[in-house]
Amino acid sequence: MKVYLDYAATSPVKKEVLDAMLPFLTSGFGNPSSIHEWGRIARSAIDESRQSVAKFLNCEPSEIIFTSGGTESDNLAISGLISKQFSKPHIITSAIEHHAVLNACKYLEKNNLAEVTYLKLNRDGIIDITDVKKAIKENTILVSIMYVNNEIGTVQPIREIGKMIERINELRMQNAELKTKNSKILNSELSNSKIYFHTDAVQATEYQNMNVEYLHVDMLTISGHKIGTPKGIGALYVKKGTPLMAMMHGGEQENGKRAGTENVAGIVGLAKAIDLIRIKNHELRITELRDYFINKIIKEIPATELNGSREFRSPNNVNIYFQYVEGESVLLNLDLVGIAASTGSACASSSLEPSHVITAVYHDAERAHGSIRFTLGHETTKKEIDYTVSQLKTIIRRLRKISPLKAKMDDESPK
Amino acid sequence: MSINNLYSQKVLEHFQHPHNMGVIKNPSGVGRVGNPVCGDLMELQIKIEKNPSADGGKDIIADAKFQTFGCGAAIATSSIMTDLIIGKTLEEAQTITNQAVIKALGGLPPVKRHCSVLAEEALAKALADYISKK
Repeated sequence: MKVYLDYAATSPVKKEVLDAMLPFLTSGFGNPSSIHEWGRIARSAIDESRQSVAKFLNCEPSEIIFTSGGTESDNLAISGLISKQFSKPHIITSAIEHHAVLNACKYLEKNNLAEVTYLKLNRDGIIDITDVKKAIKENTILVSIMYVNNEIGTVQPIREIGKMIERINELRMQNAELKTKNSKILNSELSNSKIYFHTDAVQATEYQNMNVEYLHVDMLTISGHKIGTPKGIGALYVKKGTPLMAMMHGGEQENGKRAGTENVAGIVGLAKAIDLIRIKNHELRITELRDYFINKIIKEIPATELNGSREFRSPNNVNIYFQYVEGESVLLNLDLVGIAASTGSACASSSLEPSHVITAVYHDAERAHGSIRFTLGHETTKKEIDYTVSQLKTIIRRLRKISPLKAKMDDESPK
Repeated sequence: MSINNLYSQKVLEHFQHPHNMGVIKNPSGVGRVGNPVCGDLMELQIKIEKNPSADGGKDIIADAKFQTFGCGAAIATSSIMTDLIIGKTLEEAQTITNQAVIKALGGLPPVKRHCSVLAEEALAKALADYISKK
């Protein structure tokens, strides 16, 4: 039996997506910048796709920039935001962001281009809105908080953070007016520059509310290959008026914000994948399957714990801490019986660093080493879950037998 | 794609069916190295006895057992280490390096070489423990 439970890493291309893309790889191969018929066909396909994505996000088509994927979108949002007012602007982000956000922030920090606050999380892996508020300084120009965490599946209160930032921006504008009338009024907390709010919604696209107006965000990242397109296509929503500078220089594509001949087939595929989410939602079935999976593991395998909030959790994410065993050896055993999952253990990463997400939430590197992520997709069945749990039982028991840590366990019988 | 692109057949054999796993009653020496915080913890126990048949009755490693918390490579290096040292005199055991472990396993990925160093350290510590108690 082959069981793929790593949909958060990547997903198979959906048939409808491939069918929609194929004409633009063959007869409709034109360059959208060309005036001739081939070019016009490609141009109109991009226009239609942009409208479709905009409809899904409830924004204007002109507010969509197509990119090569999540990493590029995150980098563009963070490094591309311009501050005319501050030589060293301040950015607020969280300790559990994807590396595309974290390392973009660290790059700016290292090169003295920005100062960055990395917010801590509560024990459930959720950000406290008051922590965001408290971190805001006079020179804060950007808050970047991910919508759904890719490792532990926690869903952050994006709408609430967005609304809070909006209120602060209103206060700042009022204060700016007062300042011009009365130069004596000065409040270091309230400068007259706007704070922009970006969210990496790569893991949220399928199951969360993606209405940018509802969310009160200025920028939002999406990636195609997590929702059934080939790798290499993504988008960044940028609210009109957001001062964003291009990171890729060249032609005038994407309104001058992202040079390079458009990935026409990819763009068409992204729009199709998004249409499919609008038409058919699998949320309920996947959520039920997820809960069945979590409950079964916790019940049948002793000394296991769920990582991340149970309540504010993505429908497709199961992340379990198996005490006394190391993640890479679990993955290897799972692989040998045809099951694909992923781990936060350092021993499975080329950097030999344990998961920054689990260590940030639980302050426990040992927990990161023993944690395994399973992410479900449309094709996941109950039979696959049953097979996985039965294999896990054997694997964990065997590895605990080898482990010198298991002596700590009082009782090896199923609880 | 075969899993052998990641690990050699020998590593997988030792990982799936480790040799000499467990503990020794009244071990002569114990070497515990690594740290669960770093993702690997290895404990090697050895039993030293006079070789009854050999000339001069030299001390040999009559038995060795291990317990390991760690990745596939860490488990395999521990297992092969016990195979390499059982029946060896102390002098012979002292010459076994991490390179011998890698060779016996048919190679290790570069990122996993440190697991073989861990096995070498566990042996050195177990031997030192025995000598200090003698």
